[in-house]
Amino acid sequence: MIQFRPIYVICMREFIKFFREKSRLLGTLARPVLWLFVVGNGMSALIKPQAGFSYLQFIFPGMMGMTILFASIFSSISIVWDREFGFMKEMLVAPISRLSIVVGKAISGTAISAAQAIIILVLVPFLGIKLSVMEFLEVTALSLLVSFCITSLGILIAARLTSFDGFNIIMNFLVMPMFFLSGAMYPVTSMPPALRALTHLNPLTYGIDSFKHVLLADATPPMGPEFPLALDLAVVVAVSVLMLTLAALSFRKKE
Amino acid sequence: MSIISVQNLSKHFKSLKAVDDISFSIGEGEVFGFLGPNGAGKTTTINILCTLLAPTAGTASIAGFDCVKQPDQVRSSIGLIFQDTTLDSGLTAYENLKFHAYLYNLDRKLTEKRIDEMLSVVELMGRKNDPIKNFSGGMKRRLEIARGLLHYPRVLFLDEPTLGLDPQTRNTIWEFINTLREREKITVFMTTHYMEEAENCGRIAIIDHGRIIALDTPQKLKDLVQGDTIHLVTENNERACAEISELFGIDCHPENGGLFIETERGEEFIPQLIHRLPVRVKSVNLRKPTLNDVFLKLTGRTIRDDVLSDDKEITREFVRSHRRAQR
Ligand SMILES: Nc1ncnc2c1ncn2[C@@H]1O[C@H](COP(=O)(O)OP(=O)(O)OP(=O)(O)O)[C@@H](O)[C@H]1O
Ligand SMILES: [Mg+2]
Repeated sequence: MIQFRPIYVICMREFIKFFREKSRLLGTLARPVLWLFVVGNGMSALIKPQAGFSYLQFIFPGMMGMTILFASIFSSISIVWDREFGFMKEMLVAPISRLSIVVGKAISGTAISAAQAIIILVLVPFLGIKLSVMEFLEVTALSLLVSFCITSLGILIAARLTSFDGFNIIMNFLVMPMFFLSGAMYPVTSMPPALRALTHLNPLTYGIDSFKHVLLADATPPMGPEFPLALDLAVVVAVSVLMLTLAALSFRKKE
Repeated sequence: MSIISVQNLSKHFKSLKAVDDISFSIGEGEVFGFLGPNGAGKTTTINILCTLLAPTAGTASIAGFDCVKQPDQVRSSIGLIFQDTTLDSGLTAYENLKFHAYLYNLDRKLTEKRIDEMLSVVELMGRKNDPIKNFSGGMKRRLEIARGLLHYPRVLFLDEPTLGLDPQTRNTIWEFINTLREREKITVFMTTHYMEEAENCGRIAIIDHGRIIALDTPQKLKDLVQGDTIHLVTENNERACAEISELFGIDCHPENGGLFIETERGEEFIPQLIHRLPVRVKSVNLRKPTLNDVFLKLTGRTIRDDVLSDDKEITREFVRSHRRAQR
């Protein structure tokens, strides 16, 4: 059962808090800039442009993926904070369904995360990537979709995490590997077969690949997209639905 | 007509019987207290009543709704002040209340009026748009009470409402609860391990190791222990003792330069004693039985001892208030 007003107010709370925490906004925006210009420029010296595409252009879709990954995980981990600081109880004893809480967190997390990914599109002109209005709208839609997928995954993790100690483990053993094994930093095709197989299990790989379809549309592997867009979209949607369902289920369970 | 009814309720965590086959019912408008040491099962009982926990056995209902089968109706009928704060410190007082109003689907027009009304009652109107993180412990508690009452609940649960607050704030909070109870005509279910606080209740259940070991009005519970103790210092204690035995026919034990008398209704006995005793009295001290004595009699332990050894927070608070008193 989905109730409109509770979902609305749960989202509003997240938005208000997001705009109040200036450091969080700054962090998510500074990180891709740093990677792009410090790490990206360093690597550019090693990796020569291929078929007219520079390394900086290649990693830009990956930077959007990274922004979404960290922003989504951070948003959904707010569930763990809420539990630690007691606010979750305020929601759990209210006459609202558990599903409304999950949906509220998913919508707000998705919106906040996609917004940050879209903001970093301002870097596009500096990289020599041209975006038409249509392409901008396509990237926006894809950002929302990928953000929804990763936020759902984050909510599932947060629903299962019983204490804040688990957060570091998740960061080190899930989030960082998801980033490095996503084709964000280096072309998937140039990885050893074992690692390459792992990237295929990572939903973020397909998300970043879908960005490449728009941002690096003319490029071919290793710089360009690896999978057909339809496959990217199918995987992202399927994983989102699965994660959100599992999250809603684990939220419903009581001791 | 009982508004809360609990029958043979149990909650086991693995082998631990946190709540062990308790039954009671609470009438509408009553102030009912759960008194017990740390780990007695007070919070666990509240969690079951407010639908956060499923019981292992037994039934509980609030306002006629079953706590397991009709959680939404139960949740709409209750307001909660949890043991640990559940405010969002990143939001303002107003925003916390507004959030609550939306969750409980309060009428939009009513919301603003009600928020102002409740903020004035707890005297926080001037801090309406201040972030919670700048609030003191007592202010947070008051705001939580305002929030718990925002949606016109029929039952208000208060789990250790004044834990960790200084005695002065504790009194203020109690004044608020009492005014509000009369204004809003609600039933109050509270837990505490402060004896003085339990005295505010109409009826008290003393709970220990998950079981209710006594349930009655504070006065009746205190009647369980022997009468009052009078400590008397006179000019000639030995003579006084003999006279008292003769005049009133009661036992008297001389001790530490004074003498102890045990009697019923000490406050009525003292004037007679002083009037009729031919020995001049230097000082009189009357000690009434407290709920602590009741707990001691029923369990052989004092609640405070448990509190002091088990709960660092309370220890700190205890030490703090003692220091303050000594200054
Ligand atoms: N989720 C849980 N899992 C396992 N044991 C629990 C759980 N919740 C409570 N307990 C145990 O149940 C017992 C009763 O706990 P409860 O919190 O109800 O006590 P309490 O009377 O509220 O104590 P306090 O005065 O410290 O708040 C304790 O021994 C506690 O350790
Ligand atoms: Mg408790």
